[in-house]
Amino acid sequence: MSVDLNAVRRIAHLARIEVTEAETPHLQSEINAILKFVEALDAVDVDGVEPMTSVIPMRLPMREDVVTDGGIAPLVLANAPVTEDGFFVVPKVIE
Amino acid sequence: MTDLTSLTLAEARDRLKSRAVSSLEISRAHLEAIERAKMLNAFVATTADKALEMAEASDVRLARGEGGPLEGLPIGVKDLYATRGVHTQACSHILDDFKPPYESTVTANLWRDGAVMLGKLNMDEFAMGSSNETSCYGPVASPWLPPNWSRDRARAALSSGKRGLLTPGGSSGGSASAVAARLCLAATASDTGGSIRQPAAFTGIVGIKPTYGRCSRYGMVAFASSLDQAGPLARTVRDAAIMLRSMAGPDAKDSTCSPAPVPDYEAAVGRSVKGMKIGVPKEYRLEGMNSEIEALWTRGAEWLRAAGASVVEVSLPHTPYALPAYYIVAPAEASSNLARYDGVRYGLREPAADIVELYEKTRAKGFGAEVRRRLMIGTYVLSAGYYDAYYVRAQKIRTLIKRDFERAFADGVDAILTPATPSAAFGIGEKGSENPVEMYLNDVFTVTVNMAGLPGLVAPAGLSSEGLPLGLQLIGRPFDEETLFALGETIEQSAGRTALPEPWWE
Repeated sequence: MSVDLNAVRRIAHLARIEVTEAETPHLQSEINAILKFVEALDAVDVDGVEPMTSVIPMRLPMREDVVTDGGIAPLVLANAPVTEDGFFVVPKVIE
Repeated sequence: MTDLTSLTLAEARDRLKSRAVSSLEISRAHLEAIERAKMLNAFVATTADKALEMAEASDVRLARGEGGPLEGLPIGVKDLYATRGVHTQACSHILDDFKPPYESTVTANLWRDGAVMLGKLNMDEFAMGSSNETSCYGPVASPWLPPNWSRDRARAALSSGKRGLLTPGGSSGGSASAVAARLCLAATASDTGGSIRQPAAFTGIVGIKPTYGRCSRYGMVAFASSLDQAGPLARTVRDAAIMLRSMAGPDAKDSTCSPAPVPDYEAAVGRSVKGMKIGVPKEYRLEGMNSEIEALWTRGAEWLRAAGASVVEVSLPHTPYALPAYYIVAPAEASSNLARYDGVRYGLREPAADIVELYEKTRAKGFGAEVRRRLMIGTYVLSAGYYDAYYVRAQKIRTLIKRDFERAFADGVDAILTPATPSAAFGIGEKGSENPVEMYLNDVFTVTVNMAGLPGLVAPAGLSSEGLPLGLQLIGRPFDEETLFALGETIEQSAGRTALPEPWWE
């Protein structure tokens, strides 16, 4: 499989990464080189094989359903580029 | 003073304990070495005040006959470990000015055991790279001189873009360069596809990626969560064992972290390997393989045989598919993990009129070219209509890769011996500019281990005809790092300690 220029623009948008028209052809050729590389996998018979979900078998640990952390709003906000009155600030989302 | 930086971690520990030297002396010697080696670009932040404060506190404990297993020993920390209030950026612009208000479990364990923090180490951006060239802080130079280069030529290159100097490998390039250049006694590193082991091989030092779940991932900047593991880089097998014992251990903050107690790895160093069965996988004998690497591999098998182990051929038939499958699984997980960098909660933010534009502009500016490329690949293979063809298929192949190893181990093999890298270190600016896959091929011998969650240790095994270090890899059963330390010590003893380069960079 390979991607065309429109697919590159669509993928970039899905990944929320702005790409310029000038860099699109170069990205296309790089992505296609990688897709060509992974084509080797088509040769493998995977019928009846379970996809891996956990590389080391282990039981998910359980704990009491209680609050274990919190009350640290200033620390949560400490690295935010823009805050106001204890909140993150973003451009207007709802018109 | 340079003397103090040439000690192994174990030697330094013993001298501190006997009060022959103080932590303050040893830490100062390293801070001075870092200052003189600035041009290597191994450290992206130095925490001198903190180091001296920690060293002083260690000296007080040592004077009272107290102290942990790493008391007073100065080490470096890869920039992807969260260190409270200290530079933590995974060498990405998108985390500009980020100072975590919390500490990673691995580094917390090291400080608990008395280690002294010298600073944060350069790395490929978000650990995506095999040469440390994708760092937003620029490439790191290896302390090894390129073949036939004079000191003067290398020094000139250091101050003009580093082109032609050798890469220390990646992604833990800063860690490897710093350990090999004696800027720290050991360093933390991390390994998603070979990022501890390939730099170890390139710089003539020891690195181990332990079993998935042996070290907590809490507070490590995530790349591909099902593959990422913490591990140390050090100058000897014993030093790596000492470091790993402190780094590893159960952690309630990471549900994939093993609850199993941590063995005394150092006790396994020097343990006899007599009677062990070592597998040599025929699929690793690649077509057109570098003859020096092949000869090194054969020599490694002979060393283990001479130490009383038996060597048998094994088959891991799905080996050729590991690297392509990795380049689906790892970018897919990365595209999910790195969705958190949105310009809202931390790091870089580009002004924009609406929220989508804010995300797109921030991420375009904050991520470097390799990261953007991988995030796009990851997004594509997870997108509607392609998920089954790419992602699910790759995860099925991962099951097959793991099954190959399980069969070999079930046949009584104790560990598997392979080359670490397809070649010795290459030059900065030499690879991957046209086709990214050229760089990816570096991980051909290491990536299977991450895909199967197994422990893998790389020890220096000699020099190439051009005088550059080459490493061998040992792959073990899950949670059997001890066997790797025993075998690694045998390789190290047989090969003889690699003499690290004299400081031409000062």
